Amino acid sequence: MNAMATGPAPLLAVTDLRKYFPITGGVLQRRVATVQAVDDISFTVGRGETLGIVGESGCGKSTTARLLVQLLKPDSGSIVFDGMLVGENGDISTRDLRRNVQMVFQDSYSSLNPRLPIEDTIAFGPSVHGVPVAQAKQRARDILAKVGLDPNQFIRRYPHELSGGQRQRINIARALALEPRLVVLDEPVSALDKSVEAQVLNLLVDLKSDLDLTYVFISHDLNVVQYLSDRVLVMYLGKAVEIGPVEAIYGRPQHPYTRALLSAMPSMDPDRRLEQAPITGDPPNPINPPSGCRFRTRCPHAEDVCARIEPRLAGAPEDGAHRIACHMLIAGSGHSAAPAQGA
Amino acid sequence: MSNRVEVRPAPAMATGVDTAQVAALSRGYWSTVAGRLGTDYVTIACGLVLIAIVSAAIFADLIAPADPYKTSIVRRLKPIGFANHPLGTDELGRDMLTRLIYGGRLSLFMGVLPVVNALIVGGILGMIAGFLGGRVNMAIMRVMDVFYAFPSVLLAIAISGALGAGVTNAIVSLTVVFIPPITRVTESVTTQVRNLDYVEAARASGAGTQTILRVHVLSNVLGPIFIYSTSLISVSIILASGLSFLGLGTEPPEPEWGLMLNTLRQSIYINPWVAALPGAVIFATSLCFNLLSDGLRTAMDVRL
Amino acid sequence: MFGYILRRVAYAIPIALGVSIIVFSLVHLSPGDPINAVIAADAPAEVAQRLKEAYGFDKPLPVQYGKWLLRAITGDLGVSIATGRAVAGEITSAAANTIMLAFFAGMLGFSIGAVLGGIAGYNQGSWIDKVATTMAITGVSVPHYWLGLVLVIVFAVELNMLPAMGMGPGGSRDWAWDVAHMRHLVLPMVTLSVIPMGIVTRTIRATVAEVLSNEFVQALRAKGLLERQVLGHIVKNAGPTCLAVMGLQFGYLLGGSILVETVFSWPGTGFLLNDAIFRRDIPVLQGVILILAMFFVLLNLMVDIAQTAIDPRMRRA
Repeated sequence: MNAMATGPAPLLAVTDLRKYFPITGGVLQRRVATVQAVDDISFTVGRGETLGIVGESGCGKSTTARLLVQLLKPDSGSIVFDGMLVGENGDISTRDLRRNVQMVFQDSYSSLNPRLPIEDTIAFGPSVHGVPVAQAKQRARDILAKVGLDPNQFIRRYPHELSGGQRQRINIARALALEPRLVVLDEPVSALDKSVEAQVLNLLVDLKSDLDLTYVFISHDLNVVQYLSDRVLVMYLGKAVEIGPVEAIYGRPQHPYTRALLSAMPSMDPDRRLEQAPITGDPPNPINPPSGCRFRTRCPHAEDVCARIEPRLAGAPEDGAHRIACHMLIAGSGHSAAPAQGA
Repeated sequence: MSNRVEVRPAPAMATGVDTAQVAALSRGYWSTVAGRLGTDYVTIACGLVLIAIVSAAIFADLIAPADPYKTSIVRRLKPIGFANHPLGTDELGRDMLTRLIYGGRLSLFMGVLPVVNALIVGGILGMIAGFLGGRVNMAIMRVMDVFYAFPSVLLAIAISGALGAGVTNAIVSLTVVFIPPITRVTESVTTQVRNLDYVEAARASGAGTQTILRVHVLSNVLGPIFIYSTSLISVSIILASGLSFLGLGTEPPEPEWGLMLNTLRQSIYINPWVAALPGAVIFATSLCFNLLSDGLRTAMDVRL
Repeated sequence: MFGYILRRVAYAIPIALGVSIIVFSLVHLSPGDPINAVIAADAPAEVAQRLKEAYGFDKPLPVQYGKWLLRAITGDLGVSIATGRAVAGEITSAAANTIMLAFFAGMLGFSIGAVLGGIAGYNQGSWIDKVATTMAITGVSVPHYWLGLVLVIVFAVELNMLPAMGMGPGGSRDWAWDVAHMRHLVLPMVTLSVIPMGIVTRTIRATVAEVLSNEFVQALRAKGLLERQVLGHIVKNAGPTCLAVMGLQFGYLLGGSILVETVFSWPGTGFLLNDAIFRRDIPVLQGVILILAMFFVLLNLMVDIAQTAIDPRMRRA
């Protein structure tokens, strides 16, 4: 279909994924408005790769994560996991998918059942999938050791007895207990202290190589995404605005939004500072997003064409794997900064 | 409305791994609760009083000094401390102590059973409403709103009054009174729990609705609604005896605290303090249930 | 605000209809042929037949309900089996006596509860807090029909200070502002005030404590406000919750007064209801319940609206 088709088949291929949430009101619960949380997003994740997804809060990152693990049903679009179509009429049942795709949640506290000891929380997933109890418990102990917690000390404890970092390790252990191939990490470190954050990030890196995992890593923290990701997807108001290898996104950002995000990012390296002014204000309301390009209301380069036509993702001139949705880069788009047609 | 501010305990330690001390301190949930209850003397005292009242009622045949139905024309309305009748006699000359002991059977039965019934029905309805949400929730909760529009005493009297006197009718009407509040509490707790990430995580593990309800929802919902129900027992005992007091519950000559209060009311000018005894027992029972419920709530509030 | 009031009223209508359905079904809950529930047992057969047709007891239930509702809306609540008089008329005078008793008991209970709860919440953990919480839990645990009896024993039987029964001398059924009537009011009023006192104490204590735990109170103190001015802010923030609890408690007083009125032979709706139960006078039972429940629905509505008027954050639905 596009430039992605050439390499080995990706582990996960998402095409035109869309999720709108109705806002209901009144006694009859009629639909009064729609939130366009995720709007026609496409991306792929290769085997053993880490795809980082960044964006401001409310841009649809978490919705995307929940769609990937089928906690939400997409309105349209397709998810293909390892060549198998996911969904009701797909090639892989939701149950089988969940053994292969797991998720780590942001809030380490509310994502652990306060009434279950750690052992039961971790063994829950395997036992649901038919692993005998004794074996599931053994697996819980093994995985607990893998995430750096001594099984003998932690196995009978309850979540309220643990620190935030320990709880997030338990959450990771719970996700890994099913021996998944893809792990979706939804802001796994954003609730943690900086020192603990580093420990958990290193743990994630180690686990990935030990267990041959593929990650979709969602965060609003650009530093963290840069540290962990092979490729990065930038989201704005439910749309993908830029996607590409991490060096390209951080080194040669093309979309005005990405440039603005990166210029707002504190850097220790004077050579890496960008001259772009940081964006101001809040993102527009996703209930009534702007027409055309959704970023135009905050974009310093916005022109008439940006309000009329929605830009599609297109390959950057020097790098086909780096794709941007901006009229300034589309030849003949009508934007004054766009390259000439056929150039 | 909780009168406590929930406090999250500070994390035991900022970082990871070597936590031998914490492991030593670590205890299971129920042992923590038991430990707390062990030092709460008011709750222990209330528990003991209730155990005494309940076992007296159960073993009434063994411990009661007389026959609860045996009347005596010559020994009517004797005062407290009368020979062989430590708590006096009632208007038909029956031994008050005996009738108070036996009276616990019906009074406790009529007070506790409606709450148990309502806990089952309201708990199931509330969990369905809370877990399924949407239109099912709307349908169930709007019906509950209608029952809520009656003050509870009024609803109990209305249904009992229409059904007529009788223990079964009183229990039915009180059950109807307690279903809506239990449903409401269960629904709100279930809705809260349902939206927590660990239920999502369980779903993401591939568990079915039934498994999630059993393992993750039930254990977190039962505690709060159980505590709430124990606080209703106090109200229920007062209401049940109140129905008998109005002539809607038990019928003579059965010993029951509310009914005894009603029949002795006529003789307050002859022997006032004997007439007040059945009410004092109702009061003591209700107070103990209330304090016990408060103590349990405090003790079980260890998480979060 | 006006739109909000309209929505609240619109929301109360289905509730009121639901309440009326429950009240309507009371006749059918009572055992036997419903016609026997609404006429005297010794009524001639043709009277029974006439009423059966008038009430539509031969028609399907929804039709019966419609007929009953239409009659009830126009103020026709049927005829008392015991007295043969129109139920509506009997209820009006009784309701006035009940509302008056509930009003005075409410005032007493609310003011004591507000003072106790306020002091307790402001001085949490002090001895006065312990006294107030003990009083509160006693207040909500006491069977008030028994408390009434004890008060009668102490003040009427033993001390002979106050009358034990009735609303005024000679079985008066109409309130008058004289010493004799007021002496009759004291005991039932005190008895009935105990439960709202307990609940209001508890609620206000919790609310005040919660407001105090907010950081803005510390900010006020840090700004150098006098404690008196800080108190003003606390009252302002605790007000809506307290108002809501008091409104609901007033409604419960109307229901709860049934037992107390029986103890004191107070000629109100509770007394009427007790009589109706004793005589199995279902039309009166139905009428009293309908009026009291509708009053409660109305009260809830008013509390909601008043609460929103004070504090727009409370706006629901």
